[in-house]
Amino acid sequence: MNMKAQGIEKHIRIKMYEKMLLIRKFEEKLVELSGIDGRLPGMQILANGQEAVAVGVIEALETYDVVVSNHRSHGHLLARGADPKHLMAEIMGKATGVNKGKSGTLHMSVPEINVLMTSTVVGAGPPMSVGAAFAQQYRNEKNITVVFFGDGAAAEGSVHEAMNLAALWKLPIIFVCENNCWAGAQGLGQHCSIGDIADRGAAYGIPGEFVDGNDVEDVYYYALQIATRCRNGGGPGLIEAKTYRMRGHGEYDHQHYVDKKELEKWYALDPVKRYGKRLLNHGLMKKTEFETVERNMEKVIIEAVAFADQSPYPLPDEALEDVWAVEEGGQS
Amino acid sequence: MKTISFGQALNDGLDLAMSMDDSVFIAGEGVGVSIHVDPNMPTHGLLAKYSPVRVKDTPVSEAAIAGLAVGASCMGLRPVVEIMFFPFFTLASDMIVNHAAKLRYLSGGSSSFPLTVRVRAGVSFSAGCQHSHNLEAWATHSPGLKVVFPSTPADAKGLLLSAIFDPDPVVFIEEMGLYWMQGEVPEGDYRIRLGEAQVVRPGKDCTVVSYGSAVFTALEAAKILSEEDVSLEVLDLRSLVPLDKESLLDSVKKTGRLVILHDATKFAGFGAEIAAIVADDAFDLLKAPIKRVAAPDIPVPFSPPLEKFYKPNPEMVVKAVRSIL
Ligand SMILES: Cc1ncc(C[n+]2csc(CCOP(=O)(O)OP(=O)(O)O)c2C)c(N)n1
Ligand SMILES: [Mg+2]
Repeated sequence: MNMKAQGIEKHIRIKMYEKMLLIRKFEEKLVELSGIDGRLPGMQILANGQEAVAVGVIEALETYDVVVSNHRSHGHLLARGADPKHLMAEIMGKATGVNKGKSGTLHMSVPEINVLMTSTVVGAGPPMSVGAAFAQQYRNEKNITVVFFGDGAAAEGSVHEAMNLAALWKLPIIFVCENNCWAGAQGLGQHCSIGDIADRGAAYGIPGEFVDGNDVEDVYYYALQIATRCRNGGGPGLIEAKTYRMRGHGEYDHQHYVDKKELEKWYALDPVKRYGKRLLNHGLMKKTEFETVERNMEKVIIEAVAFADQSPYPLPDEALEDVWAVEEGGQS
Repeated sequence: MKTISFGQALNDGLDLAMSMDDSVFIAGEGVGVSIHVDPNMPTHGLLAKYSPVRVKDTPVSEAAIAGLAVGASCMGLRPVVEIMFFPFFTLASDMIVNHAAKLRYLSGGSSSFPLTVRVRAGVSFSAGCQHSHNLEAWATHSPGLKVVFPSTPADAKGLLLSAIFDPDPVVFIEEMGLYWMQGEVPEGDYRIRLGEAQVVRPGKDCTVVSYGSAVFTALEAAKILSEEDVSLEVLDLRSLVPLDKESLLDSVKKTGRLVILHDATKFAGFGAEIAAIVADDAFDLLKAPIKRVAAPDIPVPFSPPLEKFYKPNPEMVVKAVRSIL
């Protein structure tokens, strides 16, 4: 058994598996729907292969901690407990969506579960997270802020400014870099001057650690340690989760530029399958239990799609709402 | 002449500029290896033809991309850099607005910044407001920047070549929805002088002035109104800075009525400047108030019916014209 995992309680391990499976099933449904013309508007940016990062990190958090997400958000949101029905409705642009159809998949925020300020502008999350963590520190809270960003985002100046400031002010923030080996069609070697983004932490006096992003227990174990340090005034942390974008950048991307051998290598490390196998081998879940979980998740997804399908679109002039706190505040 | 798409016309322009002048290079996120395999993408095939020495895929670093253009142009190269979506212009804007636009002035005219920033723009893919936001008025409000906004394949090529060989920084705005649009394009080194508007449909009752794909919205409106014997003149500005005031005023002189149309939001939009110019310089020529048709003052919504609501359509133009006839 994985040494680190020994301390993780059985119910947490099973919960983490269930969540990973939920994310996978949710996104497999999006893959299916995006293949049908007119079914899903806009782009579909999926986190296939990265489920363990979202689940492992978020499982290590407390209820009032803040999560800041990016364009590849479905995993973060579902792991945090967002309702699949309202996420699906948002992705379809329906009035019952988490953001009333204003956002769509790329910038879904769900304040009820403290996923605030999701941005599809690459590298925008870290500076806003500095502000959230500042507010937590300012009010002497014990809560922390976690921000997810990609290996590509690590090349934005904003990320560096945020890390320096967070370290300077000892803010309670965890920078989670999901290194999925790609930024669009540019591989890590084409866009990043070093191999380990965790090493960048040293430049700001932030301990940088890397974890196996395809092993949910590894992610959880380190995230919990870093979160505890951070919660107790130890200042920011940086986690680089080494993982892989198993599908294209978005569903319109057929990965013509990806070496098939590389794909095969990572498919063999599929975090959901890998973890299922481990739980089975360690006798934590029986074959029949897997079947039950699988069926339950499929039911959740079917219900989510049905809910979204049956929901109305917003009325056109609802586009005018939500710009201002008080509607009279606007111009013209 | 050959019939090619808007995207291919841009590609033709880039290719030609690179083949004519070694100092031209291109840079941006995925301008070499792209997730798209589509000959209608402006940089398609250039990496294979010109090698990574002149086709630079960059990290996701808009400030560095724009800074690369500023520094390299000051050294005498002719950079053509790409901003993937218009809202990310804001990340590049320090380099473009505070530097590209001002350093010639700050140097007392002794330095030159012959760079082109190609910005991919548009509203209509349900991409949401952080991918769709036409910010041309930000650029036009920055003295020192030229701002070009083509609507047809031929104009795309002709204006791009002029932009690349212009001695000053040019923000070149490409609407992605036009990339697949076909049109006749002159072969070879075809250039259109920056600052020349074009009457794309002559008329006598009212002028509709526009730019980019909104020109087609205006043309649709003209078609509808022609059935009621109302004749619209449609003026495509093509370049916002420098602005062809003369053609604008000539047209207003002819029709006495003006509707301004753009897909960007209305308040403090570029249309306000046109209205002000005409009110200042040609008030006497006007037979009716100037009308603006533009997007409502909201971020671009995602949901298809909301996005449709956002985008100005021909009926709105028709209504505006009728209100001043
Ligand atoms: C500021 C900015 N520039 C460019 C883009 C276009 N874009 C969207 S995702 C992406 C790649 C990001 O790579 P990474 O940060 O590694 O995240 P991943 O997509 O791999 O999850 C790019 C360039 C953007 N959204 N924002
Ligand atoms: Mg990445």
